[in-house]
Amino acid sequence: MSDPIIKTEQLTFRYTTEEGVAPVVLDGLNIAIEAGSFVAVLGHNGSGKSTLAKHMNAILLPSGGKVYVAGMDTADEDLLLDIRRQVGMVFQNPDNQIVASVVEDDVAFGPENLGVPSAEIRRRVDEALAQVGMTAYTRHAPHLLSGGQKQRIAIAGVLAIEPRCIVLDEPTAMLDPVGRREVLDTVRRLNREKGITVVLITHHMDEAAQADRVIVMNDGHVASDGKPADIFCDVEGLRSLGLEVPEPVALMHELRQTGLDLPLSVLTVEECAAALYPILTNH
Amino acid sequence: MALKDITMGQYFPGSSPIHRLDPRAKLVALLCYIVALFLAKWFVTYAIVLGALVLVVVLSTVKPKALLRGMKPVVFLLIFTGLLNMFYTPGRTLVSFWVFTITYEGVLHAFFMVVRILMLISCTFLLTYTTSPLALTDGLESLLSPLKKLKVPVHELAMMMSIALRFIPTLIEETDKIMSAQRARGADFDSGNLIQKAKALIPLLVPLFISAFRRADELATAMECRCYHGGTGRTRMNKLSFRPADGVFMALALALAVGVGILAHAGL
Repeated sequence: MSDPIIKTEQLTFRYTTEEGVAPVVLDGLNIAIEAGSFVAVLGHNGSGKSTLAKHMNAILLPSGGKVYVAGMDTADEDLLLDIRRQVGMVFQNPDNQIVASVVEDDVAFGPENLGVPSAEIRRRVDEALAQVGMTAYTRHAPHLLSGGQKQRIAIAGVLAIEPRCIVLDEPTAMLDPVGRREVLDTVRRLNREKGITVVLITHHMDEAAQADRVIVMNDGHVASDGKPADIFCDVEGLRSLGLEVPEPVALMHELRQTGLDLPLSVLTVEECAAALYPILTNH
Repeated sequence: MALKDITMGQYFPGSSPIHRLDPRAKLVALLCYIVALFLAKWFVTYAIVLGALVLVVVLSTVKPKALLRGMKPVVFLLIFTGLLNMFYTPGRTLVSFWVFTITYEGVLHAFFMVVRILMLISCTFLLTYTTSPLALTDGLESLLSPLKKLKVPVHELAMMMSIALRFIPTLIEETDKIMSAQRARGADFDSGNLIQKAKALIPLLVPLFISAFRRADELATAMECRCYHGGTGRTRMNKLSFRPADGVFMALALALAVGVGILAHAGL
């Protein structure tokens, strides 16, 4: 395994309130994200998954423990720009992360902040827009685009900084099914073709099923961590945390309870069909 | 209410000679033109100023219809100024009835005033119609950059302006949504007197403000994530480039202001 791009050591975070009562949001997390991997972080509302994401590029700083991005301590303020150059972030609401009134100007915002020369910015903007499949909309006004398109622009804006890792904090929560598919396909392609590390915070099980690795969060702890097929086998365990399993797994789970011998490690509809076919043809 | 029909400050993309001018040249020229407009005194000078405007409109390929549409909100102001000038300018009596007296000078004055306001609005609209908001803010930032020495936060002001422009359509959309939501629950925005109408806006404005603050907070975080750290060390993708044509345009505008000033002084 290569070096982890993001590493947390005993990461603890609590919000400070005026009364001094500080609920612990993250409690002693030890997580290492390998460079080039596609990791999904699952958890119900309030499990601390978004808070964890915000530690990955120093928007929030740990109350206790350390977070390292490519070996750099996020608590070191002098390294802030270098850290954010390594780890880009995409948020839930596409409208609230688009800065400019023309698509290409928005994508250029990141490199402009970094003082990249004009010609190089031009190249990066064209490349980033091509990577998210939005080249045709270079001169469009963002507010006239669909949710999925806006979110792809936001991803292009991050890509133009040329980060090694992208953290997406529930990027599909406000999108329709078409938009969700567009965004997810883009993210997967970036991971496979460009080798960009992807950390996807989500509560959609079918999105998590596409990752190489799933981390399940509960009450500021890691509840489980492993390959999606292994994680989703524990149907009852996930349900006790308030999480549903992907639909194919749920179907298999129901059928197993009626006494059929079926594997739980099916994540896609195709795998599900392949597993059911012999049983259906036998009867 | 047709919120989406607002044309003020709208930009019509194009590639006319006026569109391609440097925004700084256009801003300076606009300033010169406004000076000329206020110096103009009599038919000759007004004709020159009007001629210049017509020439730029023709060059810009902006449809005169689009310019006229922008006049709609100021029709009331125009009529009001016109009438005031007509009745309250002392001079030779033209018509007189009851307590009102229309003077010969008043009619001329009113005519000049209305034409002046119309040209003033047309030339500013011409600027926003032919210059993208980003180019405009870039131009302003560049023109005002000497003020940085006096600790005026020029970059921050320009940034605020461009973000405000970016969020106008978003907030209009949001207002429409909140209005529909409140109407669905029985809110009435259209009937009653002025005070009742103003009161009816409270359930519209409160959620709008709350959401705007939330948006601002999220946008600030997103900007920080994209390495924004103020104006220092920032580069631009599309650098403003001042070409000879821009210089000529500015010089012509300056000549217009000076020329009109001299002619007006001579009483023309």
